[in-house]
Amino acid sequence: MKPAAFDYVAPRTVDEALNALGDTRRDVRVLAGGQSLILEMHLQRIRPDLVVDINRVAGLDRLSVNDGTVEIGALVRHGVFESPQAVPGPLGRLFALAAVNIAHPPIRARGTMVGSLAWAHPASEWCAIALALDAVIEVRSTGGAREIAARDYFRGPFQTARARDELITSLRFPLPAEDTGVGFIEHRRTHFCFAQVAVAAALTVHDGLISDVRIGLVNCADRPIRAHAAEQVLIGREVIVPAVGDRLPGGHPFARAGRIAADQDAAPLAEPYADPEYRRQVIAVLVGRTLRQAAEGVLQ
Amino acid sequence: MKITLTVNGDDYPLDVEPRRILADVLREDCRLTGTHLGCEHGVCGACTVLVDGQAVRSCLMLAVQCDGRSVRTVEGLAGPDGEPHPLQRAFSAEHALQCGFCTPGFLMVAAGALEADPAIGDDPERVHGLVESNICRCTGYEPIRRAIMRAAAESASLRRR
Repeated sequence: MKPAAFDYVAPRTVDEALNALGDTRRDVRVLAGGQSLILEMHLQRIRPDLVVDINRVAGLDRLSVNDGTVEIGALVRHGVFESPQAVPGPLGRLFALAAVNIAHPPIRARGTMVGSLAWAHPASEWCAIALALDAVIEVRSTGGAREIAARDYFRGPFQTARARDELITSLRFPLPAEDTGVGFIEHRRTHFCFAQVAVAAALTVHDGLISDVRIGLVNCADRPIRAHAAEQVLIGREVIVPAVGDRLPGGHPFARAGRIAADQDAAPLAEPYADPEYRRQVIAVLVGRTLRQAAEGVLQ
Repeated sequence: MKITLTVNGDDYPLDVEPRRILADVLREDCRLTGTHLGCEHGVCGACTVLVDGQAVRSCLMLAVQCDGRSVRTVEGLAGPDGEPHPLQRAFSAEHALQCGFCTPGFLMVAAGALEADPAIGDDPERVHGLVESNICRCTGYEPIRRAIMRAAAESASLRRR
């Protein structure tokens, strides 16, 4: 199918974009990367009255670091984060590990991180990372600006706390401590599939003991999940990583955290090729592996 | 909406509906049918073209988004005298096509990557990642990977001269 007819505007400033978005009687959609939106329009699952193309709005492509915070504008493309140097320190390394899992280079050349948060697909890598790392979503409307903490933002599949007349102008991440180890592992049927399960982890160690840990679960529920229960069993634990090639023993804290994440934190839904029981098994294994990857980063 | 597309260096003043995707406008309005449409879902990559030098899916971009931008299609690869592009020669030499439907997309994704970073041929992993972007149901990908490596090596030796 082809997209149904719609009106199109390409504003040059944020204020012009906000004015266009303010018409809440119509179905108004923001076009940034468009790699999900235009696909949905092809399928006519989305038939907007008005498309607001923000690609010509000056300043939204900014990626800046100040005061221990990274600010990512609404037009920063996925592909930017393939370089671990795009963002300093462990956060840049985590973004780079995750970015290559997002579709293919031509899609990553258009799609944006902020767009992924706006779309809020349960299998989005960025959404789970934003949740686990306490990102803040900055939205603006003609009525003013507000910030939404990632933990208050995700309401369900494709559902968020963003109001219809609001534009996400940027996303802010606090920079984790320099000695934080990070991991990201994704499981999917083929390269062309969405994640069946993916896990993001960030692990901070002080004096050999885990002082902070964050585990984000991708596609393990109807929305991104932070594995709080699994994190609890890790705080204060000593970090011991088995030798390369050795299995994680069943009683290892990472293996236990994996089982708790799968049984208590996750709420996997049935999908073709992956029933919830299978997915819980994958979650347990992947959480263990991702924590191990993060711990290896700390110990290096 | 009135727009101007610059395709392979030529200006095309067009009047298009906003709902029309770049691939359809290239094929139907610019009459450049080298760009193929396969899935129209952004999955198969047959419609890949360069917009301002970057490989993108022309089924996931509206033509109106490209107003004033520079588009390059497979028709723009060969030299002005019709001399095939190094990638086209390498695809031929390595038998990197059979039915040819996917070929324009593979050529453009490879051309974009090679032009952005000619050193890509030094890293087989990156070429592998590129080949994974698109679908080919004939060749089994290996000849395509070899062709891209060959073209990269050829352009590297040209640079050294």
